[in-house]
Amino acid sequence: MTAVAEPAPAPVITAPVPPAWSSGMDAVERAAIDASARGPVLFFLGNAVLWLLATTVLGLITSIQLHRPNFLADIPWLTYGRLWPAYTNVISYGWVSLSGMGVAIWLMARLCRVQIRFGGVLVAGAIFWQIGLTFGVVSILNGNSSGVEWLEIPATSAVLMLIGYALVGLWGLFFFGLRKQASAYISVWYLLGAFIWFPWVFAVSHLTKSLPQVHGVVQNLIAAWASQSFIAVWVTAVGLAAAYYLIPKVVNRPIYSYNLAAIGFWAFMLFAGVTGALRLSGGPVPAWLVTLSISANILVLVQVITVGVNLVATMHGQHHMVYHSPTIRFTFFGVVSFLVGNGLGLFASLRSFDAVVHFTQFQTAQLHVMLYAFFSMMMFGAIYYILPRLVGCEWLSSSMITLHFYGSAYGGGMMIAMLLFGGLASGLSLIDPHATFAQIIQIGAVYLPGRSIAWVIIGIGHLIFALHFALMLLRIGQPGGQPTLFAPIGEETHP
Amino acid sequence: MNRSLPLIAWIIASFALSTYALVIIPQHQIGGLQPQFVEEEGKVIDIYPIQNLAMEKGRAVYKSEGCVYCHSQQVRDPQNGTDLERGWGERRTVARDYIFEQPSFLGSTRLGPDLANAGSPKWRNEDLDDPRKPVKRDRAWHLLHLYHPTAVITESNMPPYRYLFEKRKISGQQSADALNLSGADAPEPGYEIVPKAEAKALADYLLSLNRSHPLNEVKSAAAEAPKK
Repeated sequence: MTAVAEPAPAPVITAPVPPAWSSGMDAVERAAIDASARGPVLFFLGNAVLWLLATTVLGLITSIQLHRPNFLADIPWLTYGRLWPAYTNVISYGWVSLSGMGVAIWLMARLCRVQIRFGGVLVAGAIFWQIGLTFGVVSILNGNSSGVEWLEIPATSAVLMLIGYALVGLWGLFFFGLRKQASAYISVWYLLGAFIWFPWVFAVSHLTKSLPQVHGVVQNLIAAWASQSFIAVWVTAVGLAAAYYLIPKVVNRPIYSYNLAAIGFWAFMLFAGVTGALRLSGGPVPAWLVTLSISANILVLVQVITVGVNLVATMHGQHHMVYHSPTIRFTFFGVVSFLVGNGLGLFASLRSFDAVVHFTQFQTAQLHVMLYAFFSMMMFGAIYYILPRLVGCEWLSSSMITLHFYGSAYGGGMMIAMLLFGGLASGLSLIDPHATFAQIIQIGAVYLPGRSIAWVIIGIGHLIFALHFALMLLRIGQPGGQPTLFAPIGEETHP
Repeated sequence: MNRSLPLIAWIIASFALSTYALVIIPQHQIGGLQPQFVEEEGKVIDIYPIQNLAMEKGRAVYKSEGCVYCHSQQVRDPQNGTDLERGWGERRTVARDYIFEQPSFLGSTRLGPDLANAGSPKWRNEDLDDPRKPVKRDRAWHLLHLYHPTAVITESNMPPYRYLFEKRKISGQQSADALNLSGADAPEPGYEIVPKAEAKALADYLLSLNRSHPLNEVKSAAAEAPKK
């Protein structure tokens, strides 16, 4: 296949032909790679699904606690102030990280055309990671948090998780070195960034936070840098790597412009890492830091626009695939959420807007657009694509996938909308000196029960997804070969 | 293949830049901040801030119960909100206010009011003319508020921290720090609700929070408008 837009005039790295496309890889080779990836990737994804269920429970409880403060308040382990950091750690390091690593491993194997050897090392990485994370979450619930938002887990946990990640990350670099494809596809660039970035930020932030000479607001800056890096860099990189692979693959055409993708990647690399101080905007930190981060955040727009144009243009004329392919429906939802999330982030970073929403649930909404509406949907799409290739049968029921999509899309959308509107409403009254604090609480409270209802809807979707996933592990599905579609291609269910 | 090295080099360079800008330079710039000394005729007459080690126990409770997830401890200037008008402080807080704190609870969400100056007698979270404004937020008020927030602030959305208290049989005289409870909250006769050590430490810590001391680098609202 030579359907490539144009041979690029060689920036730093160019793939003349995206390998996801024209790898010359035959079905036998693909099947061999998938077979080698089966054990480790299923281990990562299966555990990720368990963490997703834990996330759902914690998300629902913490949401209820905000409008019913007495809910579970007499059990020290379950008080809101301990449960909320447990929730953010479980969603970020449990579901998001493990599913991201599982998908990243599979993508690397496919894109580098390398069969996974010594998969036990990857499994060991996942075990180390989860022991560390479990210990960290138990410590938080037990009242042994470090007290630094985002870096709550104790040093022991951080070390265990770092060992786990190092095993995975080194494996990723190893794949890259062994690759049979001379040119690296854009997804591989993003994955390399993610593999290197995570241990770097994780190690530097946990180490420097614990140094005796680092105290006061510098600790907060480090934590802001680490949390922003996780969302803006790691999550973005892995999510986009999946998008750049899955969308061209399923709609069966190359990405619209390889140069655009490359420009976006370099803009992302340069600017995304410097946006961390946004979280302390207006706070007791040097003003230049915040200005720097706002400028960087505006420049990240270069990447966001290129990604948006590129992926939407790749889909051009193929939008009907959203009605057929589960992978595309979830993935395209993720791409749109990525654009929305970055748009919101851009708005919220401007000083005048930040003054209104800085301390409100608007921030939580932004977090969930990136973690849930963008990344999690991308991972769902990837799992719907990858799993049949690993277990050898297709998903049992397209209705179950539809229900899962409705749960996640409508539930997730509703949760985010409640947080956005609630945050905006309470932010607008916070800056009104005539509004008393009691009024602010009441205005914000209007939206809180809606968020809990949204969590129930999400939970139903997740339960169906987890059940479907378990059925796949038991090889209960439709015979392999033909992907499970919502509707056969050619039969337009929607105009 | 040979182009992979520049790719990895660029990735690492961009991380180094990010770390340098947001971790190393800030530590260099404000990591070494010292307290402000005011000297008069060669004698130091005033130092701020000073480290208050007696409050570490209360800080630990604040930390382990996760108070920071709903309460910030940073006052912003008037361009960034109405913190000063709300009575949360007399000036914005700056980096020097936090130099002895590890960690400092700057916070990122205000589901509850800011507590940067919660121990200041001037701190308030109600309109000045609100008839329900507590006469004084003293230790007894804070303990009662921790035990049953809505008993003192009807609209409060704060969870109760009853597990920081215990019910005890009164032997002889009632304890001095027993909560003065009424109605459904009151324990059966012969019993009393007393704060555990954690609750007392937390209340004392809250009462110690005061970042209104004048600093050279920040203009105080009070100094700007002396007529008030």
